[in-house]
Amino acid sequence: MAGAPKYRPGLGLSASRRGTEEGPWVKWSLVGAALAFSAVFLVLPLVNVFVQALSKGWGAYEAALADPDSWAAIRLTLVVAGLTVPLNLVFGVAAAWTIAKFDFRGKAVLVTLIDLPFSVSPVVAGLMLVLLFGLQGSLGPWLDAHDIHVLFALPGMVLATVFVTFPFVARELIPVMQATGSEQEQAALTLGASGWQTFWHVTLPSVKWGLLYGLILCNARAMGEFGAVSVVSGHISGLTDTMPLRVETLYQEYAGTGAFAMASLLAVLALLTLALKSWLEWRTQRGYARAERAPVSAPRP
Amino acid sequence: MDEKRFNPLPGFGLTMGYTVLYLGVIVLVPIGALVLKASALTWGQLWELATNGRALAAYRLTFGASLVAALINAGCGALLAWVLTRYEFPGRRWLDALVDFPFALPTAVAGLTLANLFAAQGWLGRFLVPLGIAGAFTPLGVVIALTFVGLPFVVRSLQPVLANLEREVEEAAATLGASRLRTFCAIIAPSLLPTVLTGFALAFARAVGEYGSIVFISGNLPFKTEIAPYLIVIRLEEFDYAGATAIASVLLVLSFVILGLVNALEGWANRWQG
Repeated sequence: MAGAPKYRPGLGLSASRRGTEEGPWVKWSLVGAALAFSAVFLVLPLVNVFVQALSKGWGAYEAALADPDSWAAIRLTLVVAGLTVPLNLVFGVAAAWTIAKFDFRGKAVLVTLIDLPFSVSPVVAGLMLVLLFGLQGSLGPWLDAHDIHVLFALPGMVLATVFVTFPFVARELIPVMQATGSEQEQAALTLGASGWQTFWHVTLPSVKWGLLYGLILCNARAMGEFGAVSVVSGHISGLTDTMPLRVETLYQEYAGTGAFAMASLLAVLALLTLALKSWLEWRTQRGYARAERAPVSAPRP
Repeated sequence: MDEKRFNPLPGFGLTMGYTVLYLGVIVLVPIGALVLKASALTWGQLWELATNGRALAAYRLTFGASLVAALINAGCGALLAWVLTRYEFPGRRWLDALVDFPFALPTAVAGLTLANLFAAQGWLGRFLVPLGIAGAFTPLGVVIALTFVGLPFVVRSLQPVLANLEREVEEAAATLGASRLRTFCAIIAPSLLPTVLTGFALAFARAVGEYGSIVFISGNLPFKTEIAPYLIVIRLEEFDYAGATAIASVLLVLSFVILGLVNALEGWANRWQG
């Protein structure tokens, strides 16, 4: 194929274009329909959050956020995400290492099981924890006897959040680690590096962007999770309300500005997540483009 | 082959052990607790609890609205993916980044803002409600919320496939005298179908389990706008653990069936694209 003349200049190009592109009428009505759909389902909901939050002025917005229960919700959300994300990070790295670098029987089953929490309804996940740790449940009476509180307290909320965000880091990291192969690690080991040195200095730098990608998605979901946390939290204002739960509490109290003020913080988090994600994707694509342009002298798997 | 058998990398035992332990504690033990609770009931009891009138109405709404939303997502998602990969227009990159917005936005915020948009005084509701289209506190509201939540699946599944589609085949069809519409129907559409179906199934699976956004927009009226996950929460608040378990078992079994279906579809799509 290489070097074969694809188009005869002038004549060939326009003829081929006519064949593989729609007329301007079709094209612009498709673009218009796509833009209209996106306006209703993407742009308006986003803009509406901020307009409603600020509808009674900046003062009301600030006052709504200064509420002590709202502050408690913000703090609790940060604590839950701050515990959840590192837990799933360590798991994700371990799972990716074992799945990407080794061959063993039942690997496909393991990968399917890791993805399982994505297909379980968050409410069902919360219910599972209630059945496990509730007074009626399997571990409840023992925990109660030892005065350990899991449900309606921080441990239960962290467990619920860990469950729903379980696959994020692992599923982003596995393909990246598989793609980098293990030749470089083997070289490092041959040169006398220890296992940990190899991991820190060879593996981690080569997968750091994929890792960051997984962390961002995991964090966004951890801070925004509603269903699973709602079931195990008990909705105690000021104690077990996270930011999304606080949005619901305020909505049910008909405190529209307060609910939208809290929601606007979560919308900012979503926008930050999107911006970081787009930046990472742009970086990776640029990396691929550069690798394709690079001379063939570098050995490639 | 030799390479595979001899692997000098360390840490297999440690990482494998930790992976299986963590998976067991976080995921499998809780699932086990649900299975244990369900198996303590007799089949008759389970059937009775899972299929009473209120539960059946909730399933009907959950699956019906999920199906409609996933169909909308399949159609509009295919349109968005096509426009984003094939055409150049102002704001294309912004729109491309914004497609992931429903993944990034907490569902509670989505429900809150959609309920407000489609309410009688909302930006869209003030035009739609006089026309008899009430989006808030109706089954239609459930469809709207689920459409929002499932929007990225079809687009993101389809985009790489569209980008890798060989333009030469289309050129050949055009050279042989096919009209653009015929090329689309006979060549492009069939090769996209497995991927659209995969995206559709993913959106449907997500919609069936969705809770956060619906709580805000549906009004949660029993027999009318109450979805199955909400009924689980109600049963829990009534301390009816058996009732909650029965409905959750139905949802869980169904999500495993969909998971198997998605895997089969993805296998089919991969073989199709070669």
